[in-house]
Amino acid sequence: MTVQSPWFPLFTAALLVIYYRVPGQWQWRVLLTGSGCFYLWAGKAYLGFLLLTLVSTYLAARQMGDGQGREDRKKRRPWLILCLTVNASALMLCKSCLLPGAKELLAGSRVEFLTLGLPLGISFYTLQTMGYLIDVYRGTVEPERNFGKFSLFAAWFPQLIQGPVSGFSQLGPQLTAAHPYDGQRLSFGAQRVLWGYFKKLVIADRLAPAVTALRQEQTVGGGFLVLTILYAVQLYGDFTGGVDIALGVSECFGIRLPENFRQPFFAKNTAQYWRRWHMTLGTWMKTYVFYPVSVSAPVRRLSRWARARLGGFGKRVGVYLATGVTWLATGVWHGLTPNFLVWGMLNCLVIVLSQELTPLYRRFHSRFGWKDKPWYGVFEGIRMFLLMNLIRACDLYADPREYFHRLLSLFSVPLWRQPVPALGLTGADWGILALGIGAMLLVSLLQQRAGSLRQLLWRGNPWLRYGLTFLLLVAVLLFGRYGVGYEGTNFIYSQF
Amino acid sequence: MERLLRMLTQLHPEVTFTPDTRLLEEELLDSFDIVTLVSEIDEEYGVVIPAQELIPENFATGTALYRLIRRLGEG
Repeated sequence: MTVQSPWFPLFTAALLVIYYRVPGQWQWRVLLTGSGCFYLWAGKAYLGFLLLTLVSTYLAARQMGDGQGREDRKKRRPWLILCLTVNASALMLCKSCLLPGAKELLAGSRVEFLTLGLPLGISFYTLQTMGYLIDVYRGTVEPERNFGKFSLFAAWFPQLIQGPVSGFSQLGPQLTAAHPYDGQRLSFGAQRVLWGYFKKLVIADRLAPAVTALRQEQTVGGGFLVLTILYAVQLYGDFTGGVDIALGVSECFGIRLPENFRQPFFAKNTAQYWRRWHMTLGTWMKTYVFYPVSVSAPVRRLSRWARARLGGFGKRVGVYLATGVTWLATGVWHGLTPNFLVWGMLNCLVIVLSQELTPLYRRFHSRFGWKDKPWYGVFEGIRMFLLMNLIRACDLYADPREYFHRLLSLFSVPLWRQPVPALGLTGADWGILALGIGAMLLVSLLQQRAGSLRQLLWRGNPWLRYGLTFLLLVAVLLFGRYGVGYEGTNFIYSQF
Repeated sequence: MERLLRMLTQLHPEVTFTPDTRLLEEELLDSFDIVTLVSEIDEEYGVVIPAQELIPENFATGTALYRLIRRLGEG
């Protein structure tokens, strides 16, 4: 069973019926059983990896939080290091098996099965459990003593495949609390799930063949630019759609997961973009990599040294070093192929450059006074959209040389000279895509201006609400890519 | 508090900071600013702020940050 298969809504509906029929103190057991069934159904070949993480993290957290470890941080440290090493190694081993040539290398060996793909959800549940472990080490979270409750936090099925990444203090208590039936909440959750399926099945999956065609056609120049734009829309529909499904399903059960996106394509600079795109990964990296590296003793020493010798720039050396380490970690988390390292370093470069150019921007704006003009805001938005698209296209080429060849072709091949190859989409496909993308843009604009649309609709005329929900359902059923004989496209982030 | 407000103004000269200015809610400080501020506090007050204290509650306002500096300075 996959989230995009018709079985998933049926499975969730059956679980909801049971969930709201059992007494409150039994509800978390229903969720745990449901999550277990989902994993067995969707990825039982890799159950060993999940169990390794669950058992090792549970035991290490208990060792750190109970007994002698409770009082003495030094006694907690070996458990932290051991457990982080075990889990990070398992994650890296799985990711390295996806490297080019790994299949041939592993042929006939005992780990050959790993070349099938990444264990279901490993990148996400590893991050979430590592965060929990570090929180227990720091003493900001009490270790969970019930193995079942801890397992539910680590493997809550809606968020298992592509997040969002949650903290224990925020998610743990919600999962084990009693949640009485609430019609409004259920309706809000269902609407969000439907919207997620719309983005995934109607937009992202319809665009997938065009992106694949452009990628395989060795496209350069204008074709490459078109590819970066189509891939941006596909990834947005795919990833935000998947996360909407995760948040919506959780909401149906009375569980509020953290938001992962806030209209990222309306960002006007890189820092803003990364505060709006994959927010929970950003928060995780900031909390557990960027801040600890920034305030670590060696970086503080380096900062003092640089400050004394390099003046203003020296003050920022430590921050830039921590930024580099954070983006390296983010790149490695996405994949071990060189393109993800390049992707991470390009993001780091853009952030550092914009930071260094800040005084220049300030002078420019005080001279021309364009900052507050509406057209300048639109220009900044388009500039950021195109820039992030170009960096994101790194995802598409495992070999960075191929990526740079295409990137440079934008400046060497006139954009109009390079014909765009056949994209495998019919006129009807383009029509549906235009309407779907228009709807997605309109919703983002309204959310940016008015906040939650579901709240607005709830307060308004109920017939409008029913009508729109019905329209959305019909759109998914009629125009969504699913059904017998159709092999659904996996969520892009499930491969990271 | 005066010194702290001066540090904040050095980071963002275009903003007039008061002890109760909402630093995070109004998106005046980002993670770069927070780390730069931590380094300045280390220099000015001789107080090292550890990673686990870099949480939104401690950086919500100048007052909250000043309270953190005093607490860590005393401990």
